[in-house]
Parts: sequence; C-alpha cells; structure tokens
Amino acid sequence: MFTRRLLMAIAVSVVFAGSAFAQDKSILVASTTSTQDSGLFGHLLPMFKAKTGIDVKVVAQGTGQAIDTGRRGDADVLFVHAKAAEEKFLSEGFGVKRYPVMYNDFVLVGPKSDPAGIKGSKDIVAAFKTLKDKGIDFISRGDKSGTHQAELNLWKVAGIDIATDKGPWYKEIGQGMGAALNTAAASNAYVLTDRATWLSFKNKGELVIEVEGDKRLFNQYGVMLVNPAKHPTVKKDFGQQFIDWLVSSEGQKAIADFKINGEQLFYPNASDPGA
Amino acid sequence: MIGDASALQLVLTGDPALLAIVRLSLIVSLSAVVLAALIGIPFGAALALIQFPGRQAVIVVLNALMGLPPVVVGLAVFLALSRAGPLGSWGLLFTPKAMIIAQTVLVAPIIAALTRQTIEDLWLEYRDELNAMNVGPVGRVATLIWDARFSLVTALLAGFGRAAAEVGAIIIVGGNIDGFTRTMTTAIALETSKGDLPLAVGLGMVLIVIVIAVNALAWTARRAGERMAG
Repeated sequence: MFTRRLLMAIAVSVVFAGSAFAQDKSILVASTTSTQDSGLFGHLLPMFKAKTGIDVKVVAQGTGQAIDTGRRGDADVLFVHAKAAEEKFLSEGFGVKRYPVMYNDFVLVGPKSDPAGIKGSKDIVAAFKTLKDKGIDFISRGDKSGTHQAELNLWKVAGIDIATDKGPWYKEIGQGMGAALNTAAASNAYVLTDRATWLSFKNKGELVIEVEGDKRLFNQYGVMLVNPAKHPTVKKDFGQQFIDWLVSSEGQKAIADFKINGEQLFYPNASDPGA
Repeated sequence: MIGDASALQLVLTGDPALLAIVRLSLIVSLSAVVLAALIGIPFGAALALIQFPGRQAVIVVLNALMGLPPVVVGLAVFLALSRAGPLGSWGLLFTPKAMIIAQTVLVAPIIAALTRQTIEDLWLEYRDELNAMNVGPVGRVATLIWDARFSLVTALLAGFGRAAAEVGAIIIVGGNIDGFTRTMTTAIALETSKGDLPLAVGLGMVLIVIVIAVNALAWTARRAGERMAG
C-alpha cells in the first residue's frame, strides 16, 4: 500500500540520517552572533577545514549564553568578546587558557535626523549622558551578551546607574544584535552595535552611525578551550588545533583579509599579550 | 552558505545549501511525526477504550498538552541532553537527533489527543458489534485503529504542521549550526536577525509550499487508500 511504502521510506531516511550525521572529526564552537552574522566564520572555516580536515560547527549565541554552554560542557571551544566574563570563566577552572584573537569596535547608531544632536561626536560617554538627559529612545540588548555588557559598562563610566535611572526611553529587548537593530530601525531609536554586524546588516532603514572612534568602544575577542579536566568529553586536540590556527600568522592573515564592500571588519591582534 | 541571492533564485537554481536545509527540515519533522505516532496512537486509543479512575483528568491534561510551548519543551530537552544534564553522556545536544526528540515531545500529545477523540467516537458506533463478537481489549484497539486509519491521517498532519512550523524548540536544542542543524524555520529566524527580510520572507514562502506539498501527498495517499479499501 502506498502509505505503508511512504512510512517505510521515512523510516529508512531516519536511519540513514542517523548514520550520515555521525561525523567524528568535528568540534563544536560556541560563539557570538557578531562573528557568525557578519560572515567571518563562513570565510575562515573552509580554510581551516581544507588544512586540517576538521569540521567546525558553530552555535552562535550571546557571549553570556556561549560561556554558559562552555560551562555545561556542551562546547569544545569558546570564541567570545567579554574579557571580564572570560577571565571569570578561566578562574573558575572551566577554561584552559585565553588567547586574544582580534578586535573590532562598537559604534552607536541612531536615526539620520539625530534627535539627540550627538552625530559626529567621538565621546561615547557624553553621548550616553545626552541620551539619558533628553530621554531619547534607546534599545538595549538586555541579554548578557558581550555587547550588552559593554553597554552596561559605558553607562557606569558615565556615572549613570541604569538599573535605577532608566525610564520608558530605555527599552531592553532581551534579543540578539540583529533583532536589536531591526527594533531600532523600526522605531527610530539609538542602539550600540559591533561594527561587523552593522556593516553586514541589511535592514538599516534610516539608521546611520552617530558616534565612533572612541577608545572606550574597543571590542576584543578571545578564544578558549573548555577545560577537559572539568569535561572529559571535550575534544581537546581538535579544539587546540583550531585555536592554534586562529592565532597563527596564517589564521591572523585570514581574519585581516575578511572584508565586506572593501571594508575590513576584524583586526587580528593575537600577538598583543595585554589584549 | 546562503549568500546574497533571493529565495526564488535559490529555489530555481537548486541551491545545494537550501536543498540541504529543506531536506533536514523534512527529516526532522517527519521523523518526529512517525515517533510521535508510534507513541500517541496506541496511547490515545487505549485512553479512549479503557476506563479507570482519573481518566477524565488525564484527558484534560492530554488536551492541554497540545498547547505545550515549544520554547519550554526546547529548554527541558536542552537541560536533559546537556553534558551537565541526566542524559548528557548520550552526546546528542546540538544534533538533528536532539531536534527530533524535542519535536516528538511536542507532537505526541497532539496525535494522542486527536486519536483519543477519533477512536472514542468510532467506539460508540462499533461497541455493540464488538461486544457481540466478544473481541478482547487488544483486538478492540487494533480494530478501531485500523478502521479509523484514514481519519487518523488528519491527526498526523496536525502533528506535522506543528513540527514543521515551530522554531522555539529546535533552535535551542539544535543550535542552528550551518550545514548541520539549520532548518527552514531557524534559517528564517537567522535571516530576520541579519536584517535580510526579503530572503526571510522568501524562505517562509518556500516553507509554506513544502507544507502544502506534504499535505497534498498525504491527501492523495488517503484517497488512494480509501478507494482500495472500497
């Protein structure tokens, strides 16, 4: 009967699926939406695979969630951008060693009409104060991501306790960078974003860069192997190979070569021990 | 990698990345429906026929479970399959199998609840006959399931619709890994977050066409089966 044959075909495909997905030479990397959405991994991973034969599977999460994934032992390598949280992860014994890999920077984007009157400023802290004083709509990631942690830190530097000082102008959406940009574009609000996501984002609407170039907007990425002593299932050899490649001159050049519309998105700095 | 092309271009050129995503979506959702049917149909039929104390409460709970929030199921399966969770040693998190498990949990109550209703209605019709023929409980369940098989296709399709449409559970347990656990719905969520709304809408239309195709296939199979059964 036809239906029975259909069911059989499905059952066979399930079994086939099971075996087809069983690949050993692979690692799981928990990373951030900025590295994935910008297309950096799409650029790097085929090169790494060609050299080593290792498949890198990337789960793109906010940095907070990615670190939690590592802490639970569900990833082999973390590739994130929140140095303080990374060092806490290491000090708790969940990571082996942190390697600086590259940086880019954050930019404050907002509506072209610039109701806050901050366009062209290089002082991000003054800009944040203005947003708060004028009560201008601001979208916060609100998801413990690296970008959210950077934003909270900037409020602190500006002497603003955002937890108590926030008003209806401050909207925490609890979602990823793309969702935050979509929200800002739809409501003509200001939002802090990493430059890589901004450049590759396709629904900018009326949004433009308002503030950039402040040293305090620096965004450092680090990579860590999840500690095999804590989680024996971690594929430490393949994971370390990936890390070694990222910080090698070959990997660093590959990062520098990644461009969108001729613009470089990430700046390799593995050789900077303080990064 | 789905690049800067439109969804229509991807379909027309038979883009391998898109085809892999479509294939995975179908494998995950259809596998979940098959597994959920193996659990849900016998359970629903038994519930329709067997009287026991608290049966009404079980029926109410089962009906309520049809509305299980996918994100809650995703989180529960995530916690169970995580390396730090009770089933962590299976190593299934962030694999298609984890996605099948999560969707099975979502779909099984739907199939069980609809089966229970179908079989109970049929039972009213068949009761005197089966009693007169002195058929035992297992025989009754089997007879009723067999005779209700064409109506139960609708229950399976309801389950498939749920599985094919949801994103909340599989994005948590699958991780939306490019080329490995990315399905139509998680790809749509991703393209939306990248701000590529036209591609997201295009993929959404492709998904709807696929769901219609699966339903048309099931309908044809049902009609053919009915004709053969006379």
